[in-house]
Amino acid sequence: MSTILSISDLSKTYDGGFTALHPLNLDIARGEIFALLGPNGAGKTTLISIICGLVNASTGRVSVDGHDSITGFRKARAQIGLVPQELATESFETVWATVSFSRGLFGKPPNPALIEKILRDLSLWDKKDNRILTLSGGMKRRVMIAKALSHEPRILFLDEPTAGVDVDLRRDMWRLVRRLKDAGVTIILTTHYIEEAEEMADRIGVINRGRLMLVEEKDALMRNLGRKQVTVTLASQLGALPARLAERGVRLGDDGRALTWIYEPARVRAGMPGLLADIAAEGLTVADIDTRRSSLEDIFVDLVKGAQ
Amino acid sequence: MNLRAIAAIYRYEMDRTRRTILQSVVAPVISTALYFVVFGAAIGGHMGAVGGVPYGAFIVPGLMMMSLLTQSISNASFGIYFPRFVGTFYEQLSAPISVVEIVTAYVGAAATKSVMLGLIILATAALFTPLSVQHPFWMLGFLVLTAVTFSLFGFAIGIWADNFEKLQLMPMLVVTPLAFLGGSFYSIDMLPPFWRSVSLFNPVVYLISGFRWSFFGTSDVNIVVSLAMTLGFMVACLAIIGWMFRTGYRLKA
Ligand SMILES: Nc1ncnc2c1ncn2[C@@H]1O[C@H](COP(=O)(O)OP(=O)(O)OP(=O)(O)O)[C@@H](O)[C@H]1O
Ligand SMILES: [Mg+2]
Repeated sequence: MSTILSISDLSKTYDGGFTALHPLNLDIARGEIFALLGPNGAGKTTLISIICGLVNASTGRVSVDGHDSITGFRKARAQIGLVPQELATESFETVWATVSFSRGLFGKPPNPALIEKILRDLSLWDKKDNRILTLSGGMKRRVMIAKALSHEPRILFLDEPTAGVDVDLRRDMWRLVRRLKDAGVTIILTTHYIEEAEEMADRIGVINRGRLMLVEEKDALMRNLGRKQVTVTLASQLGALPARLAERGVRLGDDGRALTWIYEPARVRAGMPGLLADIAAEGLTVADIDTRRSSLEDIFVDLVKGAQ
Repeated sequence: MNLRAIAAIYRYEMDRTRRTILQSVVAPVISTALYFVVFGAAIGGHMGAVGGVPYGAFIVPGLMMMSLLTQSISNASFGIYFPRFVGTFYEQLSAPISVVEIVTAYVGAAATKSVMLGLIILATAALFTPLSVQHPFWMLGFLVLTAVTFSLFGFAIGIWADNFEKLQLMPMLVVTPLAFLGGSFYSIDMLPPFWRSVSLFNPVVYLISGFRWSFFGTSDVNIVVSLAMTLGFMVACLAIIGWMFRTGYRLKA
């Protein structure tokens, strides 16, 4: 794995004395999509803001493709595009002007064809001559994305890109992110929508109260921590749970008909077949079976709850 | 040097002026015209010449300086305050640009506007009173130097201010009184000795006096002192701005 972004011992204590980030280490691989998950106030925006130069770190350093973010800020920042969480746009400028401005700000020569492509990709082309204040909130967010893409960053930070965004735009955004990844762009995004991380990310980091709780490949995370829950509905009501099933950890629902069992596929030897055999041995008749894989959301809630 | 970034910011700032042409240019011209009507025509008619210069012409350099000071400060302070206020300044902070480049772009644009404004006022004044400039090169030099210096001052104020009141505070509470008492409408030689000495602590006196020298060849204080004072103030502003960016003062948490 070739590292494009390396964060070492990075911490932040704000002026008021509040420590938003405890010393944190993280390496981001070239070309990956990294999702940072965490509840409100976890420190996601703080971390991104330090990397992008909006907030001073208290300790530690960041290196972007080998360039220190402070001493080599020009080369480091030239590679980074940022779409911040807060909606902040010009008002009286046109969409075209503000996106072109961003490209100039990052020292790139004008490239109208590229900007046209970006605006078309983001469905902003027919709005290019509109003043930004005449756009809707979702469109303004697209403008901010267009600004970040205008200078062809190699690393893109999306701080809650889909907050307050409709389903269509969210789909568009996912498509865009995949296209960028295919073009070799490294993407770091924060989100509260766990489905989003589950859908898109290669790796997931969970941050809580300024501490990185876990960083793992998404697939491995789902495999290791993901559990299955099976619900067996019986044909007839059951007065009490047979001992054989109780030993397994099966629970009986209040209606006396639903048996639920949560198991971790990797660890349990017999798994489903064993359960069904036990049920059959008790002479029970099965009416329906439903299995559900626990989502990243369950994992996340467990992690954050567990820490409290 | 990220010249494209400087150009982008400069162009953006100049576009802003074009959009707000009314308050940026028309308003100061009207207020200057009013000064001429009141001080030049109405009162000036009853005043004798000052140091051999007719009163109507005598007030021209002072009036230009007054507009130059207030407009440089308000242009530059607003130019940096507004993007901070609406939150779009994140982009400048995250861009590969140095402090020198940011300051060059913002202060350059503000100073350009002020110089243009000063020249427009000069042209307006020429409509009211016959004028000749003895040292046009020095006149332009003082104009540019003052515009740059006070745009730097305004830039620092725009970073310091964390609300709109503070943005107005400095120009209203400090600069306007100093400019008024800086000899725009009189020569400090006309003052009693005590007040004359007090006036020498007012930096604006040196600006106006030097500027007036470039018009008429006479001044209240030594021209070298005038230049030195202006340059000294400029260096002080540069130092403050440098410190602000180095520590992230009110720019970065
Ligand atoms: N400028 C600041 N001064 C003081 N405290 C701050 C500042 N900015 C953020 N904080 C605090 O730091 C903590 C982390 O904030 P941060 O914005 O990084 O959280 P987040 O993970 O992005 O949350 P969210 O999901 O709500 O966006 C919060 O407790 C917040 O109140
Ligand atoms: Mg945040």
